[in-house]
Amino acid sequence: MSAPDETRDPLTIAEEWMNGGRDVAIATVVETWGSAPRPAGSHLVIDAEGNFHGSVSGGCVEGAVVAEAIDVIDTGEPRMLEFGVADETAWQVGLSCGGRIKVYVERLG
Amino acid sequence: MDPHVLKSLNAERRARRAAILVTDLGDGRDRVVREGDAVAGTLGEALDKAFRTGKSQTAEAEGRSFFLNVHLPPPRIVAIGAVHISQALAPMARIAGFDIEIVDPRTAFATPERFGDVPLYAEWPQDMLARRPLDAFTALAALTHDPKIDDFPLAAALRAGCFYVGALGSRKTHGKRIERLLADGLTQAQIDRIEAPIGMDISASSPAEIAVAVLAQIIQALRTRGLARQDGVAA
Repeated sequence: MSAPDETRDPLTIAEEWMNGGRDVAIATVVETWGSAPRPAGSHLVIDAEGNFHGSVSGGCVEGAVVAEAIDVIDTGEPRMLEFGVADETAWQVGLSCGGRIKVYVERLG
Repeated sequence: MDPHVLKSLNAERRARRAAILVTDLGDGRDRVVREGDAVAGTLGEALDKAFRTGKSQTAEAEGRSFFLNVHLPPPRIVAIGAVHISQALAPMARIAGFDIEIVDPRTAFATPERFGDVPLYAEWPQDMLARRPLDAFTALAALTHDPKIDDFPLAAALRAGCFYVGALGSRKTHGKRIERLLADGLTQAQIDRIEAPIGMDISASSPAEIAVAVLAQIIQALRTRGLARQDGVAA
């Protein structure tokens, strides 16, 4: 643990994917309220094929983030996503724990 | 994210240096700020706080909204001496979130039977530290009482800027230690960073209690990095 775990660290993987010529998006938890499962600063990295690594919510909203990230890779425009039980979509895509998170999704490069 | 920014951030993390990725949430621009880099104004204050607390957070500054993603190296403790205090310190340190390693060239002390799966180096500290150098996110606790074993890693810890340096021993023992470290070329100001007698003053008596006092002092040092050091410690 004295250096980032090269096999699991999302930012290391993002760099590897980039070096391998893949298009990559990085999603970052920038704000949390209540009992959000992952703290601010947590990352999910996504490639254009929908492969992903890391976690922004422990599994609750990763699917939605991956779909948005593929758009972001396309357009190059960063997006701010918000998830929580206050959402109308909470039953489809939300945090069952009752927390709320903001996730910033941006293209690498 | 700028690819060069990602590369330089990952390089800082691999080198175990504190860094913050600053992202302007308005236009997506980002940059890496290293600890000690001068950043003026409200953003600078927010960065100082983020380095100190280790908490990633948004910050409003100059009418813009930024996300500060803090990357601090995982804190590590190197304990010199496979002694009773270390036996108690190792499991407590792990519970508190520290990696701990124990070094002692005395093979009678440094046995897996006494330490289970804690990384244990039955060799001289100078040999082990040559491979696993000390840095600003490492705490060093010298616990053998033996200058032949403790002195080298203490000097190395002061030179490496370890966030915590503590040494077991009475005031008299420490007085002699200061003379040796001065002779070794360290300055009085460097030597003053050594917590000796080691441990926060909780009137600890048993090895396990001293381990609590040492761990408390290490946590305090970690959480107050960059601030004026707090006095009122002795054990």
